[in-house]
Amino acid sequence: MYIPKIPLADWIDSGVDFLVVKFGLFFDFISFCLSWFVDLFVLALGAVHPLLLIAAIALIAYALSSWKAALFTAAGLLLIYNLGYWTGMIDTLALVLTSVVISIIVGVPVGIWMSQSDGAQRVITPVLDFMQTMPAFVYLIPAILFFGIGLVPGIISSVIFAMPPTIRLTNLGIRQVPEDLVEAADAFGSTEMQKLFKVQLPLAMPTIMAGINQSIMLSLSMVVTASLVGAPGIGADVYRAVTQVKVGLGFEAGLAIVILAIILDRLSQNIGLKRKKRSA
Amino acid sequence: MSDPKIEVREVTKIFGKNPQLAMKLLNEGKSKKEILKETGMTVGVNKASFKVREGEIFVIMGLSGSGKSTLVRMLNRLIEPDAGQVLIDGQDIVKMNPAQLREVRRTKIGMVFQRFALFPHRTVLSNTEYGLEIQGADKKEQREKAMRALRLVGLEGYENSYPEELSGGMQQRVGLARALANDPDVLLMDEAFSALDPLIRKDMQNELLTLQEKMEKTIIFITHDLDEALRLGDRIALMKDGSIVQIGTPEEILINPANQYVERFVEDVDVSKVLTAGHIMKKPERIVYDRGPRVALKIMKNAGISSVYIVDHRQRLMGAVTAQAASEAIQSGKSLAEVMVRNIQTVTPDTLISDIIEMVAQAELPVAVVDGENRLEGILVRGAVLAALAGGDLQVNGSGVKHHVYPENSVS
Repeated sequence: MYIPKIPLADWIDSGVDFLVVKFGLFFDFISFCLSWFVDLFVLALGAVHPLLLIAAIALIAYALSSWKAALFTAAGLLLIYNLGYWTGMIDTLALVLTSVVISIIVGVPVGIWMSQSDGAQRVITPVLDFMQTMPAFVYLIPAILFFGIGLVPGIISSVIFAMPPTIRLTNLGIRQVPEDLVEAADAFGSTEMQKLFKVQLPLAMPTIMAGINQSIMLSLSMVVTASLVGAPGIGADVYRAVTQVKVGLGFEAGLAIVILAIILDRLSQNIGLKRKKRSA
Repeated sequence: MSDPKIEVREVTKIFGKNPQLAMKLLNEGKSKKEILKETGMTVGVNKASFKVREGEIFVIMGLSGSGKSTLVRMLNRLIEPDAGQVLIDGQDIVKMNPAQLREVRRTKIGMVFQRFALFPHRTVLSNTEYGLEIQGADKKEQREKAMRALRLVGLEGYENSYPEELSGGMQQRVGLARALANDPDVLLMDEAFSALDPLIRKDMQNELLTLQEKMEKTIIFITHDLDEALRLGDRIALMKDGSIVQIGTPEEILINPANQYVERFVEDVDVSKVLTAGHIMKKPERIVYDRGPRVALKIMKNAGISSVYIVDHRQRLMGAVTAQAASEAIQSGKSLAEVMVRNIQTVTPDTLISDIIEMVAQAELPVAVVDGENRLEGILVRGAVLAALAGGDLQVNGSGVKHHVYPENSVS
């Protein structure tokens, strides 16, 4: 018996074509906004002298964490500067932080929505699984069609890959607020909004911050993939080293990414911890 | 009699997929067990009805799983009842829309939780202010009312601490202050003292009683501890398997258990902490002081006793005379007033037996029970006290038992 192949690929193609034609202007608009935001970021950080910026970031590390973290931050950033990856690092940082900001702006409300509605949770959970398990390269293809080559499709695919932890942990954090505290909020006559903002979100904050930390790490892990579609940054250097089989250069660029990852991880982790300490 | 503050009529809660079906079976007279077997649904609370008067402490008591926590949560609809009415000041809470319900929760009902349920990210003061804050009250007024509530529970000076810095007892005081801050008429206390260790618990019980004298709130208190129920309750409702088995004053429940379940429940109670002198006193033989010693002796002979109490014309206790003193008076021609023992030990009818055991044991003459104006009401003989302590076959008279009127509630 002959069973014809389901033309799934054709359907997806025509769907994407349809979107590109009908919503081209909308995608252009998003593209424009994101480019503008990233350019501004790069311009602002680029305007400051690297040594000054390194000192400032080390100070932030000191304020949020310890002098050890500050020392590591300063040493790590100086190494990146010395190896000649400073501009690339700024580009990468811009890409990562933009993805994370979008992840927070979209992810936290979606997480809240999920926490309030079991129906929403049932629908969104498989979507999140899909976002995280679909190989990242696959959604680079439509991203190019929608947004062209360059930084923006890189950001979009980073967001898709990096946002799920923020959503999941926002949902989890709110659902984990002890039942009796929710009951207490209800028993005193809180509106849903009051309950959310005065009780649930403050108590979920450490968990939400853990989610955001995860999002930062994941979007950093996307920088090489993003460079495939032309996003600038250290990822592009790694990609170039791979294609030209330059072991030394590849190691340098990889090390720069690792250093950036460690710094971002420590800083974002400690934002969560400090908040918890102050509020507990 | 005035209308009850809270009236609960046939409130029912079913846990399961199809509460309507279970309700139907319940109305057909099926038991909780049968419904669980047939449908897999659990009857949480089965047609509970009771009335609570203004200013009363009404204790709902039962073991875990008896439905008491579910029942109290239906009073402010933290759990939605599947059937029945909850009237507070004549208004049915069950029929209210969310805005009306919120208003009632904000102004009329305060709640205290077993595990305190304090907001860990807020200070003691800010926890106490919560109820006022969400009503959008003026900041200064919030602070004043919250401080007043904290003073009431003895937590002045701790307002800037965080809950986790306080001991369990103090945390629950914050819980109480938070519930009192917006001055609700009704307090729901769900196992409020159960998480505290026994000594602190007793302190808190006493403190609640002291506070209640000042506040006169209507309090619904949930507990699984019979001693606590007997100590606090003006009336007690006993729950088993989701149904109310008996409602009555502590004395009524101890003296007339409605069924074997209640009987088993109360058999281990320390009766000396519940029964009072009024419950076990005997009707005394008495003689007015201006009668002669011969009359006194005759009364004693007839009753087979060795002493008799002497009262004035208004039944006020003056003293007692023994048979020996009476016969000596007859020989020496003295009057009763001259030979009587004047320093008689007396107690009031509401004194707990636990407080009079020693006195009764040491007294040479039976201890007299007198009312506020020193009128002789009864006497305590050692035998009756011992019988009461031994429990079992209680020789209890009805006279000091407070009778509350809600006859339809005595058994449900």
